[in-house]
Amino acid sequence: MKLDSKIPSGNIQEKWDKHRFEMKLINPANKRKYKLLVVGTGLAGASAAATLAELGYRVETFTYHDSPRRAHSIAAQGGINAAKNYRNDGDSIWRLFYDTVKGGDFRAREANVYRLAQVSNNIIDQCVAQGVPFAREYGGTLDNRSFGGAQVSRTFYAKGQTGQQLLLGAYSAMMRQVGLRNIIMHNRKEMMDLVVVDGLARGIVVRDLVSGKIESHVGDAVLLATGGYGNVFFLSTNAQACNVTATYRAYKKGALFANPCFTQIHPTCIPVSGDHQSKLTLMSESLRNDGRIWVPLNKGDKRRPEDIPENERDYYLERKYPSFGNLTPRDIASRAAKQVCDEGRGVGPTGYGVYLDFSDAIKRLGKEKIQERYGNLFEMYERITGEDPYKTPMRIYPASHYTMGGLWVDYNLMSTIPGLHVLGEANFSDHGANRLGASALMQGLADGYFIIPYTIGHYLASYTIDKSVTTDHPEFKKAEQKAYDKLNKLISIKGKKTPTEFHRQLGKVVWDKIGMARNEKSLKEALEIIPQIREEFWQNVNVTGEIGSLNTALEKANRVADFLEFAEIMAWDALERDESCGGHFREEHQTPDGEAVRNDEKFAHVAAWEFTGVGNKPIRHTEELVFENVKLTVRSYK
Amino acid sequence: MKLTLHIWRQKDINTKGNFVKYNIDNVSEDMSFLEMLDELNEDLIKKGEQPVAFDHDCREGICGSCSMTINGKPHGPEKMTTTCQLHMRKFKDGDTIYIEPFRAKAFPVIKDLIVDRSAFDRIQMAGGFISINTGAAPDANSIPVPKKNADKAFDAAACIGCGACVAACPNGAAMLFTSAKISQFALLPQGQAERKQRALNMVAQMDKEGFGACTNHYECEAACPKGISIEFIALMNRDYLKASLFSKVK
Repeated sequence: MKLDSKIPSGNIQEKWDKHRFEMKLINPANKRKYKLLVVGTGLAGASAAATLAELGYRVETFTYHDSPRRAHSIAAQGGINAAKNYRNDGDSIWRLFYDTVKGGDFRAREANVYRLAQVSNNIIDQCVAQGVPFAREYGGTLDNRSFGGAQVSRTFYAKGQTGQQLLLGAYSAMMRQVGLRNIIMHNRKEMMDLVVVDGLARGIVVRDLVSGKIESHVGDAVLLATGGYGNVFFLSTNAQACNVTATYRAYKKGALFANPCFTQIHPTCIPVSGDHQSKLTLMSESLRNDGRIWVPLNKGDKRRPEDIPENERDYYLERKYPSFGNLTPRDIASRAAKQVCDEGRGVGPTGYGVYLDFSDAIKRLGKEKIQERYGNLFEMYERITGEDPYKTPMRIYPASHYTMGGLWVDYNLMSTIPGLHVLGEANFSDHGANRLGASALMQGLADGYFIIPYTIGHYLASYTIDKSVTTDHPEFKKAEQKAYDKLNKLISIKGKKTPTEFHRQLGKVVWDKIGMARNEKSLKEALEIIPQIREEFWQNVNVTGEIGSLNTALEKANRVADFLEFAEIMAWDALERDESCGGHFREEHQTPDGEAVRNDEKFAHVAAWEFTGVGNKPIRHTEELVFENVKLTVRSYK
Repeated sequence: MKLTLHIWRQKDINTKGNFVKYNIDNVSEDMSFLEMLDELNEDLIKKGEQPVAFDHDCREGICGSCSMTINGKPHGPEKMTTTCQLHMRKFKDGDTIYIEPFRAKAFPVIKDLIVDRSAFDRIQMAGGFISINTGAAPDANSIPVPKKNADKAFDAAACIGCGACVAACPNGAAMLFTSAKISQFALLPQGQAERKQRALNMVAQMDKEGFGACTNHYECEAACPKGISIEFIALMNRDYLKASLFSKVK
């Protein structure tokens, strides 16, 4: 299969403009004739649904939540990047583009990233007009803060709740369209399968989570905005329901899955406290603006942090990366934390933790200023750990947070199945091998507000879509039956282990062997163990209750079943990518002081995997990455 | 620690529910309240029983999914804390805990501790937005907003839509929820064009959904995990009154 990224020709600055001109349009009166199915209503899905409905398309949305406002975008804390240069500190579209390509360790498409930087400014304008209450200066203009991987202040924020405010903005725009009857909203419905008719994505099969009924929906195109797969690690900062099912089942229907081994481990999360734990809580990266990260200089130093004198502390990020200091990108900060803990210098009861210390900032700025900036985060920390971070340093440790990999899409956000478009974290597009802080919100909203509204019209105008297809088509009936059979099988096994126990078991393997550092041996082991867990799952899982009613155990089991298959392609991808880049750190490829070593000659490409059957090795396709505007260099933050 | 739980079990919206007693051992004080329920559910599945169904998702206190009343208090005993952020160190060995769904006429129980809060979506739909199509926005800094107003608007916008205010109110009123959204926009210059109509429409929808009226119990503010202030109810009432008395748009 030849992967055609459909990147327009011409100068990078003109590609998007030129493409917008060249794409086909749909006459306003004809837009009513098209029905678009949007699955997932987080930032990307809600913003797409609202905008497409404003344009005149008939839109139907699907979410497993009781309301779009619950999507996990809501938990994003720190902020959203844009190249406004309101600080007059040297920012520009070019710099945001450059920082993002470099931050992604040169494994993203230049053209996509440049477009992202271009529309970033429109996003801020749009959100402000919607009434998103961003932080402001006394003069009434917008405030900014700094984030990892950048030396300019370009992050717009609303306290530590930026994701919430942006999602509620997109949700309000969407609800306006629901009120105008341009959107039909289907809540508490979870996608079970994608339906492909005559080679085009034409619909979905969903399960109504309240009645348990399996139902089909037909449309002219399907948009997946179903988020990432970070919960494959079991413990992650993702919400409990986040899963890979929608994208994975599209993969099984022929969409390629790109760069699944590019996962982001976030450096600042509250460490694990015990086996009962269901999730890990993120402490926003913005804390690294004022907090200093350190561990004791000497192994096994069990003194209280206050009792360790300055000269016996190792501010390892400031020492190793003097120009970026505590604001190095996430992959680098995470690995550095792992390194010092592996050396036996970690803190806290488990030894897997490092200090994030605000005492200097409190001395410099006063407690009040710190409270204003991070008050809600400090409260959250105290609630979870029982410790007061104003008095004693926070303890943090890396945790699975975001996934750069996702379904492969071209410049138009279309997957390898015509009609299937993929938005936000669910696609692989813009972050390369590592995402910079405050760029997820930017990408989700760019895809939804400013990219898909243009490219979807081009698809609809370019392909002949058979309007006579209904949900009575055999492909729909087949997919319904398959979904029903799978659920029925899960219910009928009546084994001894709960779905959660299998998930935890899988997560441990993924964390240990495909986690922050991987090597050939660990990956081969993962490829042996994962099928074993999967086999046991299908013989020994216990799902109580029935299909035809609200059944939380069944929902969980159905999602875990897909993680058990998906984890294998993650391992394959990590094994075949025989280099270190961004979040993908192969221990075989590092400098003597532990920095990642890329292999641009062999791996400056996207790896996109094609399904060949459960348990079989998928086929690896590649899309070469061409760098015409950014010079490939060793990524240095020193 | 060991606990005795009395949990509301209800098969579906049409069946009557009742409290069922469960004993649970080995509860660690580092567990969150929901992790304690996870443990109970694991045991129930192993015994072949159905787990207790409850809404939950982010477990960081921001998605607003959790919707249970613990010992008579929505989200339990700790101030400014959602159920998912409540930790077991706030309880002690031997405690008896009653857990039931948020109770309100407008929030029917779907199963066990899960309620239907779609009424909130419909209130939002009635006017909880600024009508601005994508692409039509002016430069972000062309609309200066005094910091004080922006901060106040944020305080209102911090609402997570959980519905604790409704569950806590003796009248089952949704005034705090509705006023928070109305106030967010009323405090910003962007929200002025539709200010009156918004207040009229959202309040009308709120009444239509079967939420009660406010009789100044202040229970909503006390139960709100985000500390939304009842002063927003006063702001909403003022806007609503002005709009109904003096506005030509009806």
